[in-house]
Amino acid sequence: MSDTPVTGARAGTAEPRAGSGPRAGSGRRRTLRRQDTLSGWLFVLPQTLGFLAFVLYPLIAVVYYSFHHSNVLSGVTTYAGTKNYTQLIHDPATPAVARATVLFCLGLVVINICLALLLAVLLNQRLRGTTLFRTLFFSPVVVSLVAWTITWNFLLQNNGGINSLLHVVGVHGPNWLRGDDSALVSVVVVQVFKNVGLNMVLFLAALQGVPRSLLEAAEIDGAGAWRRFRSVVLPMISPTTLLTTIVTVSGSLQVFAQIQILTGGGPDNHTNVLVYFFYQQAFDNHDFGYGSAVAVVLFAIILVLTAIQWRLRRKWVFHES
Amino acid sequence: MRTRRLRLTSLALSAACLLTACLAGCSNGSGSGDDTDVSLRMTVWSNDASQTALFDSIAAAYRKTHPDIRSITFDYLPIDNYTTALTTQIAGSNPPDMAWVLERDAPDFVSSGALTDLTPTLRKTPGYQYDDLTPAATKLWKQDGDLYAYPFSTSPFGMFYNKDLLKKAGVTSTPDQLVAAHQWTWQNAEKTAAQVVAHTDKQGLVVRDWDYKTWIELASLWRGWGADAWSADGRTCGFDTPQMRQAMTFLHDAIFTDKALPGPGETADFFAGESALTVTQISRATLLADHPFDWGIVPLPSGPAGASQVIGQAGIGVMAKGAHKQQAADFLAYFSDPANSAKLARYFPPARTSQLTTAALAKANPLFTAQQLQDVVIDGIKDGAVLPSHEDSAKIANLVQNALDPMWKAGANVDSVLAGVCKAIKPALSE
Repeated sequence: MSDTPVTGARAGTAEPRAGSGPRAGSGRRRTLRRQDTLSGWLFVLPQTLGFLAFVLYPLIAVVYYSFHHSNVLSGVTTYAGTKNYTQLIHDPATPAVARATVLFCLGLVVINICLALLLAVLLNQRLRGTTLFRTLFFSPVVVSLVAWTITWNFLLQNNGGINSLLHVVGVHGPNWLRGDDSALVSVVVVQVFKNVGLNMVLFLAALQGVPRSLLEAAEIDGAGAWRRFRSVVLPMISPTTLLTTIVTVSGSLQVFAQIQILTGGGPDNHTNVLVYFFYQQAFDNHDFGYGSAVAVVLFAIILVLTAIQWRLRRKWVFHES
Repeated sequence: MRTRRLRLTSLALSAACLLTACLAGCSNGSGSGDDTDVSLRMTVWSNDASQTALFDSIAAAYRKTHPDIRSITFDYLPIDNYTTALTTQIAGSNPPDMAWVLERDAPDFVSSGALTDLTPTLRKTPGYQYDDLTPAATKLWKQDGDLYAYPFSTSPFGMFYNKDLLKKAGVTSTPDQLVAAHQWTWQNAEKTAAQVVAHTDKQGLVVRDWDYKTWIELASLWRGWGADAWSADGRTCGFDTPQMRQAMTFLHDAIFTDKALPGPGETADFFAGESALTVTQISRATLLADHPFDWGIVPLPSGPAGASQVIGQAGIGVMAKGAHKQQAADFLAYFSDPANSAKLARYFPPARTSQLTTAALAKANPLFTAQQLQDVVIDGIKDGAVLPSHEDSAKIANLVQNALDPMWKAGANVDSVLAGVCKAIKPALSE
């Protein structure tokens, strides 16, 4: 017989051993339960400590700093009330930052989701070479973000690879990263190519889960390809669409490295999205208080957008149950 | 048995986690807090191997006579985000013991109390010769007569030129000949650059490190017109003055009409032979040590307001939040004493009057001729003015950069853009 201690559940149903009374059995069960509880806490302790130190504490600290003026160099922190939030409202850069954030988020989400779905539909066909294309489209996801962005930075220079290619076919390309509108478009495109493969794979999995019987039934009823896609496929993959939309929206509001490497928020704040603006204020300008207020506003925006999407799911996400 | 093993594993993991958290929390970033076993750290923005070797050799010599110093390390931070990384370390309670500080950040660092007063330590160090430090070099780093950073590098800007490329482009009057003929003006420099662009596949004139972002580098140009970013007291914007408008119109035409400078988004490295002329600090001459091409260096050209030389400066300060302030100040006194200052002069023009001579500089700078040292280094330091600086330099730098962005396109209205710059920075200047 093994000497492995029984678990709490098993202990509760086990027969008392010979020579041990009800009181002794109950005491052992309590001891075992305490040991299990201790084990459980010990298992989650590393994760809990990490969460407290690297998530909860910074979160509370950011909210605290957002109500203070903090001079990093002198180390002096003074209470500021809501002045940092008022400053954000009246900051001359705020309209440009808000515009860039909204345009970037909209552009990225719409292009990413549509392109990912289109690619998934195409690669879901039983054609030769689809495995190769799936790999090609997914591979940027696993490439280092910084390396990917630096490479694109070279390609998008005025005398870089993209314009050289355009020159070959007689087209004079714009100065991609310096133009007011082309800079934002460039950053969106670089980000889309980086991450579209991930959403594509998710859509591909969802498409492969659509029952063939439903598609065949629709076909027998006379539905064409577009009608089958709109009335059968889209509803069936709507949970995946919800997931990818939430992830892409929150991801688009946190894009930083691409902005830092490609444009630095320029030209004239045209690509200065909220998360980069936060970095500029807190780390470039050493104004932790104001930067924290921007971070809190960004957190609130992501929270509200996610909550809205979660609420709206009842209207458009199909659940078989 | 398995459950017991799992419990032991989880216990070990938790213990390791607690230990790591404790170590992270208890560490002061400077090694031991024990004053008999001190580790000193200095942040620097140079990763040049020969410069690092020189620093290490000075540190090793110091440790021989100071057994209480266990180690002295030079922590490289890239120049692009140097101040940001440094202030992040300070904010994260992990400040270095000593740090290089850029001239543009000097007022901010000195006035905020981030640096300690070095005067008592430097004055009492035997053989230091504190009064040998030139007032012009220490001015930026002083407050109420006390010195808060040692100006270890006072580096004038000059114009390097590629003789081979000028010859290839058919340029008949080289910059040194124009200097000799008293015709070394920005207009002639621009014409030379445009000729190179027209006759070769290389670029003309590059203002190094500017890249249409770090606008402060343009001071080397606009001061030739008598313009500056703001008034001496830092309260009045200078971007909308007639002198600045003329200087910036000249620059705009040179870029977009004559193509004498690489346009926005175009890169060219002079030291790789990709451009004919470059404005940069003389310390960059180390990049030409292998003589990739025949080159020369002359002072900055004259503008309508005459010749105006510009100096870049860096100071070494002891951080007020450092764990070993006195030991750091003592090491800094050794690092910058007359003997070590002479060694450092190879890369960093010294702040000591006695060492600002052609003979002294020639020993440390074999790449330059005596004439170049006199014209560019000695005269440059004597006549030059330090790059613009301000107590709120980082914030103002961002505001100016954003407001100047509309200028960097063909057909831009220079006057309107410059008026916009002043509108953007006036609130920050008056704070």
